[in-house]
Amino acid sequence: MSPRPGFVLEVDRSTPPTLFWHGEGFRLERLPVGSRVLYGPEPVAALEDPVSAIRGALLEPLGDSEPLAALLRPGMKLTIAFDDVSLPLPPMRRPDVRQLVIEQVLECAAEAGVDDVVLVAALALHRRMTDAELRHALGDRVYDAFAPHGLLRQHDAEDPDDLVHLGTTDQGEEVEINRRAAESDLLVYVNINLVAMDGGHKSVATGLASYRSLRYHHNPRTMQHSRSFMDQERSELHSSNWRMGRLIARSGVRVFQIETTLNTDTFPEQFRFLQRREWEWTARDRAGFLASSKALERTPPRVARTIFHSIRAPHRMTSVQAGEVEAVHARTTANVYAQQLVAVEGQSDVLTMGLPYICPYNVNSIMNPILVACLGLGYFFNMYRGAPLVRAGGVLVLSHPTPWDFHPGHHPSYIDFFEQVLTESTDPVEVAKFEQAFATDPWYVHLYRTGHAYHGVHPFYMWYWCAHALEHLGAVIVVGGDRAAVRRLGFTPATTLADALEMASDVVGPDPSVLHLHSPPLALADVRP
Amino acid sequence: MKGLVFERSLPRFAASRLASALSGSGRGAGVSPLRLAELDPPALPGPEWLRVRPLLAGICGSDLSTVDGRSSRYFEDVVSFPFVPGHEVVGVVEGPSVPGGPEPDSRVVLQPVLGCEARGIDPPCPPCAAGEVGGCERVAFGHLAPGLQIGYCADTGGGWSSAGLVAHVSQVHGVPDALSDEDAVLVEPTACAVHAVLRARVAPGATVAVVGAGTLGLTFLASLRHLAGPGTVLVGAKHPLQRRLASELGADVVVAPDQLGRAVRLRSRSLEFSGHLSGGADVVADCVGSAESLAQSLAMVRPRGRVVLVGMPGTVHVDLASLWHREVELAGAYAYGTEDVDGTRRRTFDLAMEVVGRFGLGRLVSAAYPVERFEEAIAHAGAAGRRGAVKVVFELRPRARRGAAS
Repeated sequence: MSPRPGFVLEVDRSTPPTLFWHGEGFRLERLPVGSRVLYGPEPVAALEDPVSAIRGALLEPLGDSEPLAALLRPGMKLTIAFDDVSLPLPPMRRPDVRQLVIEQVLECAAEAGVDDVVLVAALALHRRMTDAELRHALGDRVYDAFAPHGLLRQHDAEDPDDLVHLGTTDQGEEVEINRRAAESDLLVYVNINLVAMDGGHKSVATGLASYRSLRYHHNPRTMQHSRSFMDQERSELHSSNWRMGRLIARSGVRVFQIETTLNTDTFPEQFRFLQRREWEWTARDRAGFLASSKALERTPPRVARTIFHSIRAPHRMTSVQAGEVEAVHARTTANVYAQQLVAVEGQSDVLTMGLPYICPYNVNSIMNPILVACLGLGYFFNMYRGAPLVRAGGVLVLSHPTPWDFHPGHHPSYIDFFEQVLTESTDPVEVAKFEQAFATDPWYVHLYRTGHAYHGVHPFYMWYWCAHALEHLGAVIVVGGDRAAVRRLGFTPATTLADALEMASDVVGPDPSVLHLHSPPLALADVRP
Repeated sequence: MKGLVFERSLPRFAASRLASALSGSGRGAGVSPLRLAELDPPALPGPEWLRVRPLLAGICGSDLSTVDGRSSRYFEDVVSFPFVPGHEVVGVVEGPSVPGGPEPDSRVVLQPVLGCEARGIDPPCPPCAAGEVGGCERVAFGHLAPGLQIGYCADTGGGWSSAGLVAHVSQVHGVPDALSDEDAVLVEPTACAVHAVLRARVAPGATVAVVGAGTLGLTFLASLRHLAGPGTVLVGAKHPLQRRLASELGADVVVAPDQLGRAVRLRSRSLEFSGHLSGGADVVADCVGSAESLAQSLAMVRPRGRVVLVGMPGTVHVDLASLWHREVELAGAYAYGTEDVDGTRRRTFDLAMEVVGRFGLGRLVSAAYPVERFEEAIAHAGAAGRRGAVKVVFELRPRARRGAAS
């Protein structure tokens, strides 16, 4: 049976309560009659034989690329870059897609007699992955073959010796990327496309870039002109990355792009109720929900966090394509849309969403308030094409505990950003005035390079991610969050969803139209205003 | 006339120590050696002494330490019992005038240190001879009972009494009409802060961190802005009112106390090791005086920087390895006298009155209690920050005078 497409449900009196993520927990909320709920499509069918599909993609590349085998020769320098721990979410069960793809690439390289091969985790300004995370992503065989010999590296955007300046785009954007990657005879990039924003020229131009280069598109102006950054045709973020990517190609860096898509089969059996539409819950789903909820109520937050972060998603690969970057990415994007796109008629006054325990930047870590804002206003708000799900001046209602809690090892500059920058302003443009001091701070640089810390500038990027939503919305209300933390973000705390909707009506008027973005599964709204 | 008397009573001392440890500072006043009593005015110790009737008398951190039973044993020999506490005093002169002194009924603030001149010691000790009365070497000697200040001496009375006190003519300073009573009661703590700022030797453009934003922290901040030309000034303030006042008084950065080290690190672009910054602030003013605040100060001062102890410490346990290794200067800052400002010798109290007037520090007075409600007053002072207050005072003015600027 083919998976059912996504759709928009109109809530009536018989509609059961709707499931909202609430951090490391869930809430069942009764939405007002007449509200709409957006459900994503069911997980599409996975590739039956992903290894064969990978081999096929390498043999029959897209665009003007030759097959991978034809690009390999003895004595050449080969670099294989791959997406870091921020993808996929949650981390997937073994074998990870990166392992499957890289094993095939390495097999081709071995057959061609290539022996100068280096793997590079494309961190950009993200934290360095732990050995366990690298081993999980690459598999034991690859990890053990490369890591002990120093051939498994993590991109260091602050290592002047391992960066090379390739030039400046016609828009004045400086392009500086990883030297090993740039000076290799072939750069193979292994990507995971979880959402439409990922991949394409963004893989190399962002994942292997330095702060000097990233600042041209990671800034408030770019984000305010990316409407949305899930829609590449209307995303200044992508335009900038594409200009950079084309400059990288023109400068002689040969990139062989391998992109994969995953289905939205996100949670294991014990949490399968999360994936189901509430009126279709079986007795077993209800029991699963009750057991999980009751157990979580009695579980200390730290323990609950550990439990959730140990989840390994049953994601499966739905497509793989390889070859020239733009041709590959066009097909990848079509495949992402096939999994996630849902048509929505009209915008709403109020958009509600429950936020989970995880986002790209807190894998095995703490979802601090800045990341809560980024996940809600950056990622989920931007899950649209055409027009935002909520009208200009409308209200976004988030459900998340928003704890005033930070991982000091992973997010040191976030703490200072929260304490010393957001106390001055929450306007992304104003906030940007503090960026240089954080970006060049020697302690943050040290922690980024030697520990497992996000770069000093990273919290600014998270806040810029919110810039379009902050400009568009009339108010942001957080249900069930730490009140002080919510206020520090510039948002309004509410105890219950009913309170939040009442407060929202003060902004948008009485009897507002409400739309709830249900997740999981992930959905990308195709909104016709 | 009612007043508060602090007596020597070991059982009550122990009880107050226990109560404050269990319930918080200021919560042990009821079981402490402090009691409300009918008091007679103290006798004049000599011809150069005059009577002062308090109008407002502040409750200081050192008073709280005494009531809480947390004072250092260091002070045992420079205090005489029973004494009437209260050394932050604005009052009016009563009785006959003294040659060279203020007119009867004029408003004065008290410079409470009992130095050589007040003690009738002639020739005075070298610090007193130099006008640095805070450094007096004879505070336990002379014709007066021991007592480093009025408010700790059995012979002088103190500010927490409507029976009044006696002060040597050298200890009173006339109050300009422009200052309200509330402003004037802040002159003595501000004089401490003025002296501390000058002890801090803040170079132009220096980064200064202020630990604590109670009365001392805030008056230090105002004095710093008045007397020095610092670069960035960062303040660790726990409570909302403290944070607002710190910003109003000239702090560039105001953060929660546990964030101050991080804020200093960011501004000084330091690295960290062993819980200390590699660089740090040029000057740190510890306006709390606890082991934690001193350790925090040492962790955020730069090598060869200066930590000034403004708040009164007691017995504290602190690792001084970093002080030794980084050649940090640790300076105490007690009381006042005369100061060298731009090559001119000026009385600390005159400078303090300038600061109080310029910044309107009377706004720091948050609550006033009659002495009969001393338990409430002291409990309020002990929890001042948490209860949205800064300075709590005893109200000794006649009803008609209250609220009117003098």
